[in-house]
Amino acid sequence: MKVSFRAITPDLPALRARHPQHFAPSVMHRAVVIGCVAVLAGLFVLGFWRLGFSFERILSGIGQLGTLVLLMIPPNPGSWAKFFTFLHALAETVAIAFLGTLLAALVAFPVGFVAARNTTVNRLVQFASRRVLDGIRGIDTLIWALLWINVVGLGPFAGVLAIMTSDIGTFGKLFSEAIEAADKKSVEGIASTGGTRLHQIRFGILPQVFPVIAGQVLYFFESNARSGTIIGIVGAGGIGLHLAEQIRTLEWQAVSFLVILILIMVAAIDAVSVRLRTAIMGRAHQPMM
Amino acid sequence: MATSLPRLTDDRLATVLQAYHDAIRAKRARSLTFVGLVVALMLLSGWVAQVDLSKLVANSGNFFSYFDRIMTFDSGPVAGQRVWTDPAEWFWGLKKWLVLLADTILIGYLGTALGAIGAFLLCFSAAANLMPNPWLRNGVKRLFEFCRTVPEIVFALIFIIAFGLGPIPGVFAIAIHTMGALGKLFAEVVENIDMKSVEGSVATGAGFSQTVRFAVLPQVLSNFASYTLLRFEINVRGASVMGFVGAGGIGQDLIEAIRKFYYADVSALLLLIILTVTVIDLGTERLRHALISREERP
Repeated sequence: MKVSFRAITPDLPALRARHPQHFAPSVMHRAVVIGCVAVLAGLFVLGFWRLGFSFERILSGIGQLGTLVLLMIPPNPGSWAKFFTFLHALAETVAIAFLGTLLAALVAFPVGFVAARNTTVNRLVQFASRRVLDGIRGIDTLIWALLWINVVGLGPFAGVLAIMTSDIGTFGKLFSEAIEAADKKSVEGIASTGGTRLHQIRFGILPQVFPVIAGQVLYFFESNARSGTIIGIVGAGGIGLHLAEQIRTLEWQAVSFLVILILIMVAAIDAVSVRLRTAIMGRAHQPMM
Repeated sequence: MATSLPRLTDDRLATVLQAYHDAIRAKRARSLTFVGLVVALMLLSGWVAQVDLSKLVANSGNFFSYFDRIMTFDSGPVAGQRVWTDPAEWFWGLKKWLVLLADTILIGYLGTALGAIGAFLLCFSAAANLMPNPWLRNGVKRLFEFCRTVPEIVFALIFIIAFGLGPIPGVFAIAIHTMGALGKLFAEVVENIDMKSVEGSVATGAGFSQTVRFAVLPQVLSNFASYTLLRFEINVRGASVMGFVGAGGIGQDLIEAIRKFYYADVSALLLLIILTVTVIDLGTERLRHALISREERP
């Protein structure tokens, strides 16, 4: 059979003549793109100038950094006594992250229902609780740690409270969003059988949101194990205190040892929580960030 | 036509009910073991973290009175009054603080931009569908993991020794951390694209860079932008504490005010930071929704 190529290759000039608007370069679109890029690049340059970046400073800094990295090899805690201190501090960090995350989840759980549009008591309370949660989230964990140190003194307890407080803000928001996204049909079903408001929440909404919430809590445990390493820098317990100390006293081999310890800890927690998460909510629902 | 359902006989009903109760009991036992395990772990970590509830209860007044104190002037002619009675005195350093705040946002911006550029350049090599070489792919993945696991403050502490005090180590610390976090997300976005257009451009003889430009980029760009915006908000918040270790921005003034008990300054600075972060939060959320709806347009 003979197939003519004329039939399947488009006749470009004819097409161009018939649909000129699809072939013309869209000036508007291009101008918007170029404008955006120009503004972003301008800000970029402004930032470099304003924050005092200079070529020499960056070059010499990178040179210095290279020396530091060389000084870090091989990783070495220094002595066995130090090694055990570091291990204890690491355990403290894990404990801070675990307890902080769990307590935050326990507090945020009822708050999430109050802050969700479909389960709240009234519109005003819902709005107010959302704004309070925003305010809590606006303050960094390190700042909360400083505030809590004023209350319970230096030590890991302040770290637990700091992680708890800052996570209440995040959890409250995430939980309420999960509750708002819950399917209405099962709630209506419970209502049609004569269930009260509490029944609707318990049997209609809770089974839907529980896996989502559990996944988020696990995810934040992971991320708090990371941020738990830094609250020690302001004196709120954990491995951060030692890390900052070793950096300030220029004990580079101990620094790299500590960094490796942290990497191992985070990898271990990651592995456990990925398993738990897939067990609880299946492979499909991994939280976004 | 009969519409009534035949009722089960009582003995059949009893077996069904029994099976139901057994199933519920097994489930309940599982949940109870789980709860018990979690409580045991909580007690253990409470012991490790030196949780002292009596101290918390005894001093919990301090927490609330702290907010009371930062809302009150403690010196000068207005001592003892609430801060909002005299905004000019409360925000006495507004000009200086606004400049510092702008610096903080710039640190966040530069860190986000540099990190996003790095993540963009590397993410295609970390995606399983575009990079067949497992060594290179896993290498890049491990690099991302390292960058996002080490906290930015730790990078900042190290960079301060290399680059000297000031915003430069702050920017680089945020950039490296951002590269790790965004690199992972970007690579996941790339792994989820529709491969048909990639096959199409490969079939026309396109090389790696051309495939990325014409087959991958159009599919992923709006997601990339959305993640970057989200990260920008996180980074501005992170930049606000960079000053705690001397890496520039408003954190320096904040930690000084907290440590030296300049109560009114603490509340003023916190308010400024919260306001800035909220404004950026709302702004980026709008932009992100616009981007996402653009992508979902047919």
